Amino acid sequence: MLELKASALLHILWSSQDILFFFFFSSWWTEVQMGPPDPILGVTEAFKRDTNPKKMNLGVGAYRDDQGKPFVLNCVRKAEAQIAAKKLDKEYLPIGGMAEFSKACAQLALGPDNEVLKSGRSITVQTISGTGSLRVGANFVSRFHNVSRDVYLPKPSWGNHTPIFRDAGMQLKAYSYYDPKTCGFDFKGALDEISKIPEKSVIVLHACAHNPTGVDPRPEQWKEMAALIKKRNLLVFFDMAYQGFASGDIDRDAWAVRYFIEQGHNILLSQSFAKNMGLYGERVGGFTVVCKDAEEAKRVESQLKILIRPIYSNPPMNGARIASTILNTPELYKEWLVEVKGMADRIIKMREMLVSNLKKEGSTHNWQHVIDQIGMFCFTGLKPEQVERLIKEFSIYMTKDGRISVAGVTSANVGYLAHAIHAVTK
Amino acid sequence: IMSIFGEVPQAAPVAVFKLTADFREDQNHSKVNLGVGAYRTDECQPWVLPVVRKVEKMIADDHSLNHEYLPILGLPEFRSSASKIALGEDSPAIKDNRVGAVQCLGGTGALKIGAEFLRRWYNGTDNTKTPVYVSAPTWENHNAVFSNAGFEDIRPYKYWDAGKRGLDLEGFLGDLESAPDHSIFVLHACAHNPTGTDPTQDQWKKIADVMKRKSLFAFFDSAYQGFASGNLDKDAWAVRYFVSQGFELFCAQSFSKNFGLYNERVGNLTVVAKDQDNLNRALSQMEKIVRITWSNPPSQGARLVAITLNTPELFAEWKDNVKTMAERVLLMRAQLKEKLKALGTPGTWEHITEQIGMFSFTGLNPKQVEYLVKEKHVYLMASGRINMCGLTTKNIDYVAESIHEAVTTVQ
Repeated sequence: MLELKASALLHILWSSQDILFFFFFSSWWTEVQMGPPDPILGVTEAFKRDTNPKKMNLGVGAYRDDQGKPFVLNCVRKAEAQIAAKKLDKEYLPIGGMAEFSKACAQLALGPDNEVLKSGRSITVQTISGTGSLRVGANFVSRFHNVSRDVYLPKPSWGNHTPIFRDAGMQLKAYSYYDPKTCGFDFKGALDEISKIPEKSVIVLHACAHNPTGVDPRPEQWKEMAALIKKRNLLVFFDMAYQGFASGDIDRDAWAVRYFIEQGHNILLSQSFAKNMGLYGERVGGFTVVCKDAEEAKRVESQLKILIRPIYSNPPMNGARIASTILNTPELYKEWLVEVKGMADRIIKMREMLVSNLKKEGSTHNWQHVIDQIGMFCFTGLKPEQVERLIKEFSIYMTKDGRISVAGVTSANVGYLAHAIHAVTK
Repeated sequence: IMSIFGEVPQAAPVAVFKLTADFREDQNHSKVNLGVGAYRTDECQPWVLPVVRKVEKMIADDHSLNHEYLPILGLPEFRSSASKIALGEDSPAIKDNRVGAVQCLGGTGALKIGAEFLRRWYNGTDNTKTPVYVSAPTWENHNAVFSNAGFEDIRPYKYWDAGKRGLDLEGFLGDLESAPDHSIFVLHACAHNPTGTDPTQDQWKKIADVMKRKSLFAFFDSAYQGFASGNLDKDAWAVRYFVSQGFELFCAQSFSKNFGLYNERVGNLTVVAKDQDNLNRALSQMEKIVRITWSNPPSQGARLVAITLNTPELFAEWKDNVKTMAERVLLMRAQLKEKLKALGTPGTWEHITEQIGMFSFTGLNPKQVEYLVKEKHVYLMASGRINMCGLTTKNIDYVAESIHEAVTTVQ
């Protein structure tokens, strides 16, 4: 009855056809399920809602200074001022991005004297930070690496690796990596499983500061892995999101990447400048393919452009300009190296303070892994129930796997964190 | 060692960028670039809008701002103000809380996210076979965006009538009628690219009628709002009409041209749903798609647009800047037509002033285009599309004469 009355009223304004359309037309999206919140970014959202003054956000991996504040690097501010003074235009970049950026990006990863760069047998395109780089890379592998559909990730890996490669049409598999018993590298297990990977599969390696565990192979271990991977004839895809950020030394952090290339692996490489230059929201990254020769690099470049154009046409300028200015201006580059080391050093200090505070609290557990692990993240070894308690009882937010972003720890809150961890683990 | 990329073929370059590359290499000093779609001043220079410079400085001087990640769906103030631009400040749909948006990498990015969502969720959970219709002709990247999103059946709908150099309405309506129900139609909100030919309001009404009756999905591509007529509301009429008719729709907005922010990649996918609940579920799924494509969008351009749209004096200044661009284009259209008529160039040239926006489909055939490029160093797309912004008071005589030559020399 009510419906009829409403429709009678509406008839004054609408034709009967419109009413029929409105009332009988259910939404296109009726069957669309609510998507689950992103596990990592969801942590930040829950943190924001919490009113506890002692709350700590150890979720998303963004660097914080010792006051817990976002840190805009000085060299970034200087580069921005330089750029602003030039009053440049805003014309479209080429599909592959800013040439000076791509060149500097590759040099940073490979080292300026690398034979690969001298021979021109690689191509680097500017991408939408690390995610965009992995996406372009995944699409490239899916379209052109027809000899295998398999991508092997370390167990565990960054949560977003799986859906990216899957959506690009690849099958996800894993190789042993993290040993929960030692909170360290399962070297033997990794070698064992890698030795069984079918030839020509893609293998993803974290170049440094493994996410989420913070566990990196030592150089001798990398050497053995490189030899084995060569023997298995696998296509190596390096993800390097933390160059400089891990040890504080950009060459040291890129050592594995450079060693593999030296050993004859023609690698794929994703780079991000989100963390090491603090350019998170500007979306600065690069994707590199090391080819057989310059001619092949040209063919590959042409196909990368074909892949990129229907996603976003061409990349954003702002962040790449900043990064390029820093990398290509000697004084700024020097300053950047100091600042990135500063960030890495603070993280290393927080690791040490956390362990010493845990000892002071009276914890009898072995927390050595907190110091042995490297980079932004620490796989504490905490179990989901313990994480749950940290969130609920102490307002300390981290992902369910026990991963903490050490960048969220400060000298002011490390005591509270140690106290809370001890409380849930004693 | 055998390379795994041994079989990778060299891909053909994207035509519009190759044209600009060839233009750059050309040493002839009469050369004119009527190719890629970017605004140029009468000195043939890129133009950074005065309001943009102003806001850029504001952002640079504000040291409380940082470079942290934006949310996955983008800067909230940008998304809502951008949607208001498309749908109108007083949009009933906005008042009903059934409008949402995703900040994307330019108009291309907005089309991409919309396409990926539709393929997964539109009519059932596998729309790979759902027909997607794009106008004949259309922006050359539309096809690739939808096919890369997994759509296997991309079809043209009749649009441009080469004979009468205008809209083939009958053909368009016919294709709408014969389309399978629930097909997706990509509509140009205004300033059709590449023809510059838009339906009139009455024609839009007829189009909407058929689409409603056959449950066809309206996916608007709005890359030139404000740039076409100089008036934001006028250029958004079609989108707003469809909303008023009860359509759930997508509108891929680009701020590349109307803000001159080409390389900052500022775009917005406006989503109009039946109600807030459906909207929220759709947005949650779009979040997942964004996460595996670029994670979160770039900050600079969105900040700039948001500040401008949300600050009354700056908003007024922006509208004025947009009008400046639109009016220069209108002036060039008028002058080109006059000169061709004065030269007695064979054919009718009314379409040059009837068409709207950055582009004009001149009607020149490929041979005539080739003549222009090779003999006269006037660069335009093989389709005969010219970018009116490439015309200036200084080169318009040369261009008119060159077109005259091409038309009279080459058949």
